[in-house]
Amino acid sequence: MSPERSTRITEILRKHESEILSDWVREQSESIARRRDLISDQELKTQSKEFLGLLAEAVRNGGLEDVSRGREWTAVREMLAGISRSRSIQGFTPSETATFVFSLKPALFRRIRDDLVKDAGELFEEVRRADELLDRLGLYTTEVYQKNREEVILRQQQDMLELSTPVVKLWEGVLALPMIGTLDSARTQVVMETLLQRIVETGAEVAILDITGVPTVDTLTAQHLLKTVTAARLMGADCIISGIRPQIAQTIVHLGVALGDVTTKATLADAFAAALKRLNLAVGRAAVARG
Amino acid sequence: MTVERNEAHEIRTANDIVRVRQRIREWAVEAGFSLVDQTKIVTAASELARNTLEHGGGGIARIELLADGGRRGVRLICEDRGPGIADIQLALKDGYTSRNGLGLGLGGARRLVNDFAIESRPGEGTRVTVTRWR
Repeated sequence: MSPERSTRITEILRKHESEILSDWVREQSESIARRRDLISDQELKTQSKEFLGLLAEAVRNGGLEDVSRGREWTAVREMLAGISRSRSIQGFTPSETATFVFSLKPALFRRIRDDLVKDAGELFEEVRRADELLDRLGLYTTEVYQKNREEVILRQQQDMLELSTPVVKLWEGVLALPMIGTLDSARTQVVMETLLQRIVETGAEVAILDITGVPTVDTLTAQHLLKTVTAARLMGADCIISGIRPQIAQTIVHLGVALGDVTTKATLADAFAAALKRLNLAVGRAAVARG
Repeated sequence: MTVERNEAHEIRTANDIVRVRQRIREWAVEAGFSLVDQTKIVTAASELARNTLEHGGGGIARIELLADGGRRGVRLICEDRGPGIADIQLALKDGYTSRNGLGLGLGGARRLVNDFAIESRPGEGTRVTVTRWR
């Protein structure tokens, strides 16, 4: 495609704006007939009219090149991004969202044909250009849709990282770290850092790592646990690993992992009792006052 | 012995290992495994899938639900086109590691299952097949 050659699309868009709009809106209401529940006819019409206006202007000022970066196309891109975002919230699929742009093809092609019917070469060229343009814009909505999804997932992952590693103080000098889910390396790194930080802040002497909420303990998980224990020990805190269920105990034995001299307990309560004992503390029933 | 069902999972990222573990657990529950047996095959799957990712540079994990007479089982086949293992006996030895792991993964996985087979050719890849019966 030679960029110097001007396109007739601008002129066709301007001349037949109202016909193209009504054809396009009809096309859309037919193709998304099942999604009436998600978007009103009025909203659809307003969006379509605005888009058509912006499109005509962008083609006039910026030509057909550089749709994805050009300054003249900024308004069109912003509008499509907005539509993509709002439709993904409304519950449209990416295909349904892209259909907003793709469904403009029949209406536009029809007008191009009507105007250029005498020159087959030019007709073909303009249809090809319009086709390519709308394909790019349609794909752009899909890209934005996907990017939004990725952002949501990333945010959730980060939320999880922080949520799942609370260090709680059980008693003066006793910290507990209830671990939940998969102990992959990124998580374990956060776990280790928060624990060490809290050991410094509180001057804790005992830290309990509770793995009741960790479904699988394999060699990597075990290695991460052992590293955490070693690091805590270097900071002056003893570690107790609790929440070792029978099936986990058996698996650890088969794997051949040696927990060495790390104290382990079946439940968090047992670990807490052991921690109190180590600090020479005892919990007893309060003497009942007699009247 | 018949394969009642099978499916394949690509292993490209650490999240794929989590998915393989979850599927293995689901199928082990379906096959009627006890909690201990579920945990064993899931842990073995975790070791093998991680080997496929870290040493094989990614690959495929195939899971099969087996029936043999009255008993049922779950099989996992992890396959990669990585560098392969030159000395399988050494790789199976406890404490031997080519990186900085504990060196217990492969041998540990073997102890956690009923049937264990490993084929590897240097430069071509590795296939590990494990089966746990109820």
